[in-house]
Amino acid sequence: MSQMTIVQAINDALRTEMRRDPTVLVMGEDVGVNGGVFRVTENLIKEFGSDRSMDTPLAESGIVGTAIGMALYGLKPVAEIQFDGFLPPAFDHIVSHAARIRWRTRGRYHVPLVIRAPYSGGIRSPEHHAESPEAYYVHTPGLKVVIPSNPYDAKGLLIAAIRDPDPVIYLEPKRLYRAFRADVPEEDYVVPIGTARIAREGSDVTLIAWGAMMPVALSTAEKMASQNTSVEVIDLRTLVPLDSETVLESVKKTGRVVILHEAPKTCGFGSELAAVVNDKAFEHLKAPVVRVTGPDTTIPLARLEDYYLPDVGRCVKAIQRVLSY
Amino acid sequence: MAATLNERELNLKFIHILSPDGMANPSEIVELGLKPHDFKALYRWMVTARIFDERALALQRQGRLGTYAPLSGQEAAQVGSAYALNPEDWMFPSYREHVVQVMRGQRWLDVLTYWGGSEEGNRIPEGVNNFTISIPIATQILHATGAAWAAKIKGDKTCAIVYFGDGATSEGDFHEGLNFAGVFKAPVVFFCQNNQYAISVPRTKQTASKTIAQKAIAYGIEGVQVDGNDIFAVYKATKDALEKARNGGGPTLIEAVTYRLSHHTTADDWTRYRPAEEVEMWKQKDPIKRLKLYLERQGLWSADDEAKLLEEAKNEIAQTVAQYEALPKRDIEDIFKYMYAEMPWNLQEQLQELKEYLAEHGGDLPKE
Repeated sequence: MSQMTIVQAINDALRTEMRRDPTVLVMGEDVGVNGGVFRVTENLIKEFGSDRSMDTPLAESGIVGTAIGMALYGLKPVAEIQFDGFLPPAFDHIVSHAARIRWRTRGRYHVPLVIRAPYSGGIRSPEHHAESPEAYYVHTPGLKVVIPSNPYDAKGLLIAAIRDPDPVIYLEPKRLYRAFRADVPEEDYVVPIGTARIAREGSDVTLIAWGAMMPVALSTAEKMASQNTSVEVIDLRTLVPLDSETVLESVKKTGRVVILHEAPKTCGFGSELAAVVNDKAFEHLKAPVVRVTGPDTTIPLARLEDYYLPDVGRCVKAIQRVLSY
Repeated sequence: MAATLNERELNLKFIHILSPDGMANPSEIVELGLKPHDFKALYRWMVTARIFDERALALQRQGRLGTYAPLSGQEAAQVGSAYALNPEDWMFPSYREHVVQVMRGQRWLDVLTYWGGSEEGNRIPEGVNNFTISIPIATQILHATGAAWAAKIKGDKTCAIVYFGDGATSEGDFHEGLNFAGVFKAPVVFFCQNNQYAISVPRTKQTASKTIAQKAIAYGIEGVQVDGNDIFAVYKATKDALEKARNGGGPTLIEAVTYRLSHHTTADDWTRYRPAEEVEMWKQKDPIKRLKLYLERQGLWSADDEAKLLEEAKNEIAQTVAQYEALPKRDIEDIFKYMYAEMPWNLQEQLQELKEYLAEHGGDLPKE
């Protein structure tokens, strides 16, 4: 065990898998010599050389398109897209090809590709550096979407993603990159894709979140505990495939659901979660499902960013609303 | 018979006029059509840009400004090219052309306002044909091509210039832009500031091409390489390209060979990927010093002139910083009111919810 930040845990996962499997490599803008702009790939070039830790030309479409070709040829590329806001240039290759190649070829070919990108706001960045784009990828059949919220899960989920035979979008909560340290085992281990985690047990309300919103969810639960309300917090960890069992078990217990995400409200993943709960646990609900999300706007720059980001106060309000329904 | 292009056949122009020690061939200077007051204006812009840059960097380090992209080292490329533009021409920057924005009618205050975390810095004044800065690399190349193409369709004598870096030439948008512009003979100038690094990746790892200018050949357009630290050469290359475009001759790719003396942004640390000696070597080719030497050799510039300019420029930037730090608190409606011409119901509802929430906490976000 050692104490690691999320950045260190992801770096450790990459190193662990690159040591274990010579077909694993990292590629992207500034990932080699510079170790990535967030230092996620720091020192990989020293251990594995520039053939497995590759500084590419500045072209996101090129990175993902060629990574698909590498994956078809038997390598396991982990492609880094430097920021959430630079995923769109690669969108064509992600949704039109990576997601469909297994389907298109009737299983003859598949794409064991991981695309890592930092996401989330809250770091006072310029435009296109603070997006929460998970819903685009959730909506695309053929992709898995994974979002860790802590160092232990970050390592275990990334190892699982690299070993997964299908393309995985792995979004890293950049605001939490260095926010705290936690115990991370030194050996290799897997956090299975498709398993949510009960981050805090409770009985009155289920609060569902993931990634960068987890500290807000946990602080909310803590605050509500002081008001004698017991909040169960679920960290989804994987959006696709969704661990509906964990969600529904909790809903059956509490009968009240609040969903928290940073992305805009309309067609955010909260919409899908609310529909799943409605479909499968309607008779257990004591109140309508409520969402706490970013508004349906572009995320503003630093001076207004905090007014966009969901906070504890807004979560408390939502919980009070489902309790008083 | 097989044929290959050799370098002679590429026939690229390399333009340089002003030597690092401030010498120039007088006939080449005459051809520029610039007068002493122009030389001084160019120098003033470069000096002011450097002072602004150093001040902005310091403000960021003190936590008074957000992430900032320094321009130091690229003053000649930026000032020289912008000086060749007509006011009605359209200018599409990347995110480092602060002095170009200001020369074209925005304010230093706008630049600070943007990098200080407010979209208000992107509010282009009426009558100023600047596009906003573009963070996603190379995307503005297509926008500029489209604007130039539109000018041609409408029969205007307006040109577009688009700024981007060496890294941008790897993006598909760069190639699509040059191709469209070539096909439609759009009056656009593609101005590449080859500052040798795309964050940490050196130019030699960005492309196997010997030059960036030669990429023009594949699209059937003219490519020119210019000493980007030579303000006269930059001015000439840009002026010639604009004249050609205005007269129906189509687009030009200009590669201004220069150097980023500072970090990619304040979030970057250049010591991780390039030797200090290399930076020192380029400091010797400082574009500002070069023009100053020329002015002095021509008897156009004295120590008093220099002292006066520095004082004025420092005062101007100090006043800008004071204005920036006195900017009023933002209104939360600014988050909502520019998404559409008319605010749809969902945004109205979300704005109302946010207002109520703030009201419940004394008018602002609760402290957690």
